Amino acid sequence: MSGVTRQGVQGVRPGREAVSGVQMGAKKRPERRAGRRDGEQPVVGEATFQSYYGKPIINKPVWESPDIPGYLFLGGTAGASSVVAALAQVTGRPSLGRAAKVTSTVTAALSGFALVHDLGRPGRFLNMLRAFKPTSPMSMGSWLLGAYAPLSAAASFSALTGRLPRVGSAATAGAAALGPGVATYTAALISNTAVPAWHEGYRYMPFVFAASACSSAAGMGLVAARPAETGPVRVLGIGAAALEGLLMRRMRRSMGVAGEAFQESHEAHRFEIGAAALSVAGIALAALGRRSRVASAAGGASMVAGSALERFAIFEAGMASAENPRYTVVPQRTRLEQR
Amino acid sequence: MASDLMPGLLESGDPARSSGYSGPPPRMGFFTDTSVCIGCKACEVACKEWNHVPEDGLNFTGMSYDNTGGLGADTWRHVAFIEQRVVPAGGSAARAGVRWLMSSDVCKHCTHAACLDVCPTGSLFRTEFGTVVVQEDICNGCGYCIPACPYGVIDQRKGDGRAWKCTLCYDRLSVGVEPACAKTCPTDSIQFGPLDELRERAQRRVTQLHEAGVTDARLYGEDPSDGVGGGGAFFLLLDEPEVYGLPPDPVVTTRDLPAMYRAVAAAAAALASAVALAFLGAGR
Repeated sequence: MSGVTRQGVQGVRPGREAVSGVQMGAKKRPERRAGRRDGEQPVVGEATFQSYYGKPIINKPVWESPDIPGYLFLGGTAGASSVVAALAQVTGRPSLGRAAKVTSTVTAALSGFALVHDLGRPGRFLNMLRAFKPTSPMSMGSWLLGAYAPLSAAASFSALTGRLPRVGSAATAGAAALGPGVATYTAALISNTAVPAWHEGYRYMPFVFAASACSSAAGMGLVAARPAETGPVRVLGIGAAALEGLLMRRMRRSMGVAGEAFQESHEAHRFEIGAAALSVAGIALAALGRRSRVASAAGGASMVAGSALERFAIFEAGMASAENPRYTVVPQRTRLEQR
Repeated sequence: MASDLMPGLLESGDPARSSGYSGPPPRMGFFTDTSVCIGCKACEVACKEWNHVPEDGLNFTGMSYDNTGGLGADTWRHVAFIEQRVVPAGGSAARAGVRWLMSSDVCKHCTHAACLDVCPTGSLFRTEFGTVVVQEDICNGCGYCIPACPYGVIDQRKGDGRAWKCTLCYDRLSVGVEPACAKTCPTDSIQFGPLDELRERAQRRVTQLHEAGVTDARLYGEDPSDGVGGGGAFFLLLDEPEVYGLPPDPVVTTRDLPAMYRAVAAAAAALASAVALAFLGAGR
């Protein structure tokens, strides 16, 4: 038996230098295209590629729905709501401020719950705070969330009870300062993977998330605040919901082959159609239903639901792109050929 | 650009040294020469035996002699088996035959390891041998390393929740013996040693095969200028990497992380400005 010891390699086997395959493998026959496992008809113009029996190259994320897409949505709603809350307080809109603060606290708590559910037990969230690691967006996010959630809770406590107004104001300002980061860091979290439909979108993903977060936070404001105070969130919601759809399209186009996962995955496709329909409904109801509390609230709810479905669409597209080797192989092969 | 934000990110050279070891032993690795692999799977068995890796399913894939499928939490060596129709050199299509390719896949122990970069708890760490190992008592089960790996190596063990992968037999290295898979390999297809030596040996082997007319022979993962800074485990393949289930041009995802953080900062600023504008614009 050969072995590498501290004295060097010993007992090397003679077979190591065998020259095998001399006669074979000069020309491979143009083979059947691998990659399609389910007998689906290939799309016209699809690049041909090879794979190992159509098996995926990367391992699929073990993150599950609805925990993780839910977390992306809830974190976004919380973060943007804190910004809305602070501005509502500064501009003298107590009802909107209260609604936004409570929204941020409840969604932050739910997002924490989703995270813990995904990790398995609560102690594991605390383990996240054992290291501070800038190369891991998850580590950065844990610290961000750890600082943000108590601030949001303090702001809500003060707003609901009327106690400790100074502490409440400081907490409101603090939560508003961290909120935009809470709403957008999750884009880096999922983009910083080898999942093609997530990684390739890294330039646009934070902006999609920002728009989606504004849309859902504004939607919650329309649902929960006194109509007289909802002017700003009406404008914000309409703008953000429209922008969300545009940015999403832009992102998909910028991703090349990986963008096709949004079409190929039936779930992602369905979620995206739903998100678009709800956004349009939300915009229409919020714009036209100015005088009706019911129409405004329905518009707000549509925006919230549309924003949530957008995150589910992104999540499912990522999963689909991880399962199919095409999304990994074709762009890498193209890159090599262009080099 | 990367260095001021995240010291250590994408530094070249010796990963053990840039991880803070002073005077580490030489970087150790695997050279898997698939041209002499006979597909016996002794490496899979030896790995399981030595590392107490649980059973990974008694499956029948029906696609080839490979019933293991791929690397995962309970499969740290995986022998790929490929059957191809080929035309012999200089032969006509009528003389088309079949060739078998066999290759034992393993964790690449990348110079720039995405799994290690994204691990939020520090469970994944760089050893003094330049290899990448999970400390199971610290792993939190967050699963971030799994989609971060561009090769699909590390995975979650069901019912355990933690991530597992090849340790390059850290325990054996520590006492100066080679990893179980390399030790058991009957044809020395799996070769273990200091990475510098392996790279030289691999280069000689490719030249030897090319001179003998095996023009398909090529090295995969040995180039320190590739997207992961070169693997601590690299391969001699007889076809394109994707045929073996390997990514043709893997890139460590954290290479783009500084750009991602910049985009997040810009988007966060845009979010705050948009809300402020909405309040300014709406008046009362």
